[in-house]
This record gives sequence, structure tokens and C-alpha cells, in this order.
Amino acid sequence: MTIAEPITLTRKDFQSDQTVRWCPGCGDYAILAQMQKTLPELGIPKERIVFISGIGCSSRFPYYMDTYGIHSIHGRAPTLATGLKVVNPELSVWVITGDGDGLSIGGNHLIHACRRNVDINIVLFNNRIYGLTKGQYSPTSPQGIRTKSSPMGSLETPLNPISVALAAEATFIARTVDVIQSHMGDMFRRAAAHKGVSFVEVFQNCVIFNDGAWEPYSNRKVRDDNNLYLEPGQPMIFGKKRDKGLVLGARGLEVVELGEKYDEKDLVVHDPTNVELAFLLSRLDYPMPLGVILEVQKRTYEDGLWGQVAQAKEQKGEGDLRTLYYNADTWTVG
Amino acid sequence: MTEKRPVSVRELESVVIRFAGDSGDGMQLTGNQFTNTAAIVGNDISTLPDYPAEIRAPAGTLAGVSGFQVQLAETDIWTPGDAPDVLIAMNPAALKASLGDLGQGASIIVNTDAFTPANLAKAGYETNPLEDGSLNAFHVYEVPITSMNRAAVKDVKGLSPKEVDRSQNFFALGLVYWIYDRPLENTIRWIKKKFAKRPEVVEANIKALQAGYFFGDTTEAFQVRYRIKSASLPAGTYRKVSGNEAIAMGLVTAAKKANKPLFYGSYPITPASDILHALSPLRNFEVLTVQAEDEIAAMGATIGAAFGGALAVTGTSGPGIALKSEAMNLAVMLELPMVIIDVQRGGPSTGLPTKVEQADLLQVMFGRNGESPIAVVAPATPSECFDFAIEAFRLAIRAMTPVVLLSDGYLANSSEPWQIPDPDEIPPLHIEHPRTTNNEDHFLPYKRDPETLGRPWALPGTPGLEHRIGGLEKSPEYGNVSYAPRDHQQMVNERAAKVARLADVIPEQTVFGPESGKLLIVGWGSTYGAIHAAVSQARAKGQTVAHAHIRYLNPFPKNLGDILNRYEKVLVPELNMGQLSLLLRARYLREIIPLNKVQGQPFKVAEISTMIDRILAGDIS
Repeated sequence: MTIAEPITLTRKDFQSDQTVRWCPGCGDYAILAQMQKTLPELGIPKERIVFISGIGCSSRFPYYMDTYGIHSIHGRAPTLATGLKVVNPELSVWVITGDGDGLSIGGNHLIHACRRNVDINIVLFNNRIYGLTKGQYSPTSPQGIRTKSSPMGSLETPLNPISVALAAEATFIARTVDVIQSHMGDMFRRAAAHKGVSFVEVFQNCVIFNDGAWEPYSNRKVRDDNNLYLEPGQPMIFGKKRDKGLVLGARGLEVVELGEKYDEKDLVVHDPTNVELAFLLSRLDYPMPLGVILEVQKRTYEDGLWGQVAQAKEQKGEGDLRTLYYNADTWTVG
Repeated sequence: MTEKRPVSVRELESVVIRFAGDSGDGMQLTGNQFTNTAAIVGNDISTLPDYPAEIRAPAGTLAGVSGFQVQLAETDIWTPGDAPDVLIAMNPAALKASLGDLGQGASIIVNTDAFTPANLAKAGYETNPLEDGSLNAFHVYEVPITSMNRAAVKDVKGLSPKEVDRSQNFFALGLVYWIYDRPLENTIRWIKKKFAKRPEVVEANIKALQAGYFFGDTTEAFQVRYRIKSASLPAGTYRKVSGNEAIAMGLVTAAKKANKPLFYGSYPITPASDILHALSPLRNFEVLTVQAEDEIAAMGATIGAAFGGALAVTGTSGPGIALKSEAMNLAVMLELPMVIIDVQRGGPSTGLPTKVEQADLLQVMFGRNGESPIAVVAPATPSECFDFAIEAFRLAIRAMTPVVLLSDGYLANSSEPWQIPDPDEIPPLHIEHPRTTNNEDHFLPYKRDPETLGRPWALPGTPGLEHRIGGLEKSPEYGNVSYAPRDHQQMVNERAAKVARLADVIPEQTVFGPESGKLLIVGWGSTYGAIHAAVSQARAKGQTVAHAHIRYLNPFPKNLGDILNRYEKVLVPELNMGQLSLLLRARYLREIIPLNKVQGQPFKVAEISTMIDRILAGDIS
């Protein structure tokens, strides 16, 4: 009897020989490091892993991973990932995108990749700014933000990436923060484990053009008072002293103090299979929900497609060219 | 059986028939049925469907006229014919829209029931052409098709009045079958299959068809029947094929011959959608069709599928190419093999969605930022669409590059007999994916084959060959991002050289007619039939004219320049404003006489013939 060798990869196996060229202090370093640390734990041979990105700071990511990869064009990474995953469902396909790449120029592709439920993992680095083009407002920038292209303040309402993914029928939706390393690793692991499209929003800090955009959720001193760490089956408690929680009120999720009036039993219990609850969570910014917001099971696109192939072969037999050519009225000369 | 009245039968070499009616009248179906039957009895055929972009334009108007023209012959024919000999006009608008095209002394069969004051007004007739003498130059057969058809199917139960009238195209078809001495069986068989779920519709359509046929037989109006003998096509088994059908079968064949799944990413667009429709049912061939959210996504998914190792194709029309250009450029940069089909239509912008034009040549050649060479091939006939679907892949795989296959709305929809090939005799498409690294240190994704300059097609999933490719400029061999001046120059040179080197493996340009002399006509794509017919006629008259039809537009065949220089004059007819003329002038510094037409219609043979006469007479130089 032979037992398959367990795959033993380390973080180093995933580091390419290319020098990483993000700005010093960029949140992307932390995401890259965490990805390189997490992938060896997944048990997937690295030749089966592919990173596909679009354009932007985040999209340089594939060059730094010693896996297969494509640095594609602006906003289109989900389309390449779809074609690749369809022809080879064995691959673990990751899309690396940003708020501009994924929600502005590539918004259309992002929503359609979600609704098709292709089994790919989309990681969206959200820094609420255009970095690579040097500091214009992005589709997730807060209204009123003053940038080079909005000196009197941006007039636009920002998109909420989690709400977008929900509306687009994604089957796995999570949020994490670049500096909360173990949480981020956990989200990557769960995204990889999910069969179907996974959408992970990462709050990522751009030190140059939008430093501190996520301060309330990333700064060690204050973040535990502002972040709600979601766990399936657990009541929604938050706060450094774990003294606050969420109840379901007439207007949705409402913050309450635990103590005299409310105790844990009154709080909403997180159920990631509940889409309505996920919508309510997606609208919240205090506390900021982190973790797996939604996870539901649906047939994947590629399984459906190859299922049709199998079904057609069963019904009609393996495709035969002669049969195809002769599938019309024919006549013979001579 | 009643006694046969005396009817004379006249033999014809060829005939051109046009069915015309409202776009809801089923004229495409009628024309197709007539063509199928003609093909099965052995005539050579060539068809031209011509329909509006609107699904149901206002009934009775000129805008809503849908026509289907077919030429059948006992000799080789190359076009659907310049001028119909027979017009079947289901209403005044159909008559008016076709009148200008009819040949001298043509016959017109009109549905008199449709010549009501309201319909005449909708067609813009101030007086009834059936009464005002304006049709005196033609043989007009007035047939009350609608009322006779209603009478014929009145006993069929379960039909709405609308459905009753919907069968009247079969009455017209039956009549034409009688005139041309065609059997009904083939169409009856088709009706039974097509409407199997509606027995009452089957009954009505068959009754209508037979009633039309018997009407021809019994009425005194038709004194002559016509017979077109079987064509002397080379021995073999044939079927009718349109360009879009041929492309679909060619793509599937290529995938089978490569032993790979076929990936077809596409966004619906006229006139390319029929390729998607033809491929989607072929799942048992491992045909993976993805209807993408837009043209860009279709192109992106095709690139992803090519990276994954499938035979990857996208199909679209001119406006779709405009959207795909950025991703096509990425494909050039990544150096992955794939085929991009452009079924051209009238432009610019949305243009004329259902009409033919050849005005995307420069778009596919040059419509991308940077130096971005793409190989371009163009089949000349519907049958050739099959061969070139395979050929495009052969070139793509060799050079690891995207290849554009230029078809057009006329090739896509027109049909001709296709001698069915033996699939076992089609050579395999040989593809090698590296299994081991080409370099000690680590795999070099851009290390080129010294002969083809193609790079290795290493597939994700292969251990040890992990590599990254992207749209940024890269260093030779290593493929790492590089903006170094010499690296960019070298990579630009190499991408150009590998496309240029395809000229080593494409056939030399052939010429029909004399090898040198007064006049050479150079064409490409669907203008083949009209040019060939005009040149054949000219040569029969003793004129010194030759025809070269270019199937390989980038790179050009190696001997093309030499051929161009062997003739005193070169005429280039194109359904655009001179795009091939521009390329030939630029490349070969050769004076060209352009003949350009952008009317949404193919060339008529006479348009080319007139030009030949004028050039040879010295009117044009």
C-alpha cells in the first residue's frame, strides 16, 4: 500500500523572485504575507494555484506569488478567471482586485462572476482611493472627500462592496482588515474552502493617498470597540469589554448595552446562511461587521456546465464529427 | 385524377428567384425550404437572405420587407444572381422594394389580396401598380394567395385566423414548386418535424403547400413549367451550408483534432449569434459555450480559457471587436493562442446590423494601442468558413498568438452546397504543452522556438512550470516586468516577427486566369463569387483578366507582391471605402484602382464587369 505524500509547502515556496515594489508601509504587504502564509495550510499543490489580477496597486500581487498568474487589464480579472476555471475546474483560482478595479471599471464583471457562482476566490483590497493613478477618489470613497480630482469634495455616494456582492448573489461574503493578520488568514482559509464564488473585502490602508481611512477598525487602541467579529452560532457581542451587542429592532440591527436591560440571550445570533440578516449586517458601520457575513451552498457554474457535458454525452454519445456534418439534408452526386 | 392540361416544359440553365414579404411572413423559411429542395435534387445553389434588423417592423411598410434570393443552376454558380427572374411579392411593399432589382421581362407573382388601399398607402403607392400599367414590362401573375389559402385550410380545426394566414407562405412555396417542377416531399417531411407538437399546424401547412402546387397545376395562368437540370458538381455527398454553420462545424472539428475541449465565449450580436446557437447544443463534443455579460467579458474569458489549455474562441461583429480591442491586445501581449471571429456588418457604430460590409479590415489590423500585430484570415465562401476555422487555429497554435477570422453578414447567412469531408482525412492539430522546465533555474515562459518564435504553452497544473504573464512589457525569455529600452524593442520585434513568419507556412497566392497581362482583380472575403463570375464572363468574351483572391490578409502570401507587378493594372473591389487598397499600396507601392461599395449589399456581377470593360477600354487608369 502506498500512501500519498502529504504536501509540505512553506511560506517561502510561494514567494517569487521578484522584488516587491509597493510603497513602504502599504497595507498590501500584510495581505501578501498573510496569503503566502495561509496557502501552504490549504493542502493544494502550488501548481494548481492561479492568481489573476486587473490593474492597480493591488493587481501587482500575482508577480510576487510563485504560482501561476496573470496580471491582466483593468477590471477584467473575473472574466479571465471564469474562462480558466471553466476549462480546468481542478485549479484554485484567485482574483486580486481593488475598489477601483473591481467596483468601478470592472463592476460589471464582478457582479456577473458572483451571480454565476464560478468557484473562484475574489479578494478586493479596499483603500477607498485610487493609488496607482496618484490619489483620485474611488467608488468607495466617502462623499465629500477632497482629492486631486475633487478639490471641492466628491459628490458621489460610495458603493458598499458587501451590499454589492449580496445583491449580485455571491454565495460567500466576508470582510477583514489588513492589519488583523490572523483574522485575515482565517477569511482566506474559509474562502478557499467554500465551493462557489467567494468574495472577501479587505480594509487596506494606502499610506500615501488615504492614510488612516480605516483607523477606527484597524488601530489596536480603538478597533475592538468598533469591530464586530462575527462567528456562526454566536451572539453579536462587541466592545473591548464585550459590553455591547446587537438586537433586531424595528429599523434593523440596533446597538444595545448589555447589563440591566439586555443580556446575551436577547442578542441576534449570527447565521451566515440567512441572506436577510446578511443584508442588515452589510448596511452597518457601527459596529463594523468583520468575518463571514454570508455562506450559502449553490451549484457552481463550472459544475453545471460539465454536468451538461456529461448529460449530453450520456444522451447523445460522445460527439462524432461525421454525425455532426450529416445532421442536415444531404444528397449524393456521381 | 383529372386530365392533364397541356403545359410545356422549358429547360433552363439557371434561374434567380426572390421571395419577398413582411418580416413576419416567413420569407426566410420559404426561401430556405426552396433552396433545400433545389440542393437535394442536385442544383448548384447560392443564396442571399436580406432582412431588416427589426424583428417585426410595422407590417406592410418598406422598412419591414424581408427578402430571400436564391440562384439555382445546372452549372457552377458563384453568386445569388444580380437580378431576379422571378419575384414572389406577398404585398405592395415587397413589390416596391424589389422592383428596381428585377431583370428584363422578369415574372412577378403577386398576392393580390394584399393590394388593399391601406397596404398600397403604407408602401407609398399612389395608384395600384397592378392597374396603372407600371408593370407592363413584366409578366405579372395575379394570385389571390390569402383568400385561396384560407379556403384551402378552412377545415383544419384549432387554428386562429392569424395562424391560418401564417400558412400562406407555404401556398406560395407550393406554387413555385409546381412552376419549377420540384417535389414536395422534402418540405412536407420538414413541416412534420418542425411543428411536431402542433398537429393542426402541420396539417394546415401541408394543405397550404399542396393547394399552392395544385393551383399551379390547374390554373390556366401558367402555361410553362421550368426545369433546371442537376449541376455537375464533383462526385461526393453534399449538404447545404451557410458561413456561420460552417464556422461552427470547423471550430468543433479543430477541437476534436486537437483532442481538447472547445471554449466559445460570446455576447449575442447580429450577425454572429448563429455561431453561438450552433455551438451551444454540442455539449457532447465538450463544447463549453459561455454567454458572457458583455463583449469584453467574452474576450477575457476566452483568454482565460486559452491560458487553461482549451481551444478558445470568441465570436462577434464589428461593434464587438471595438469593445474587445483592449483584451485582444492583452492576448497579443500574453502570447496565447486563440481565434477571434468577426462577422462584419455595416458600420460605423451600430450601423446596419443585418447588412454586409467589409469595413473592419483596418480595425482588426490596427485598432489597438501600441505595436500589436495580429494574424488575419478571410474565407471567401461559406464552405471555406469551415476550412478557415481550422486553419486559424493552426496558425494561432504555431505562433502562440490570437488570429482573427474575418467573415461577414453575407457569408454568414448565405448558403451553398458543401461537399462533406471525411473527418478522418482532416489532419490532427498537433499541440505540445511542456511538462518539464526549459531552464535549470526556473521556467522561462517567453523562451521562443527558434523556428516559429512561438513561446511554450505551459498550462497551470503543471508542476515546476509556475510562471506569471501580464500586460506589462517584459524581459525577453524571462517574461519578468521590464521597461528597459532594449527589452521593449526586442519584444516588439519578436511579436511582429512571429506573425510575419506565418508566411512560411501559408499557401502561396494563386491566380485564376492568365499569369500576367492587362488586368488583375484582387479581392478578399465574400466578394469572391461576384469577382469570379465577372472574370469568368470576361475571359469567355476574350478579355485578358485575372483574379487573385486573398485569404491571408496578415501576413500576406509571400508571392503577392510579385503577382501584383505582373499586370498592367490592378483593380480592388471591396465592400468598404478602400481598406485592402490602402494596405496593398502601402506594402507594395503599387498603384491600385479601387472599386468601393457600401450599400449593405454584395457586389453584383455586372458592377465588376462594367469596371473591367471600362478599364480595358482605357476609360479608367
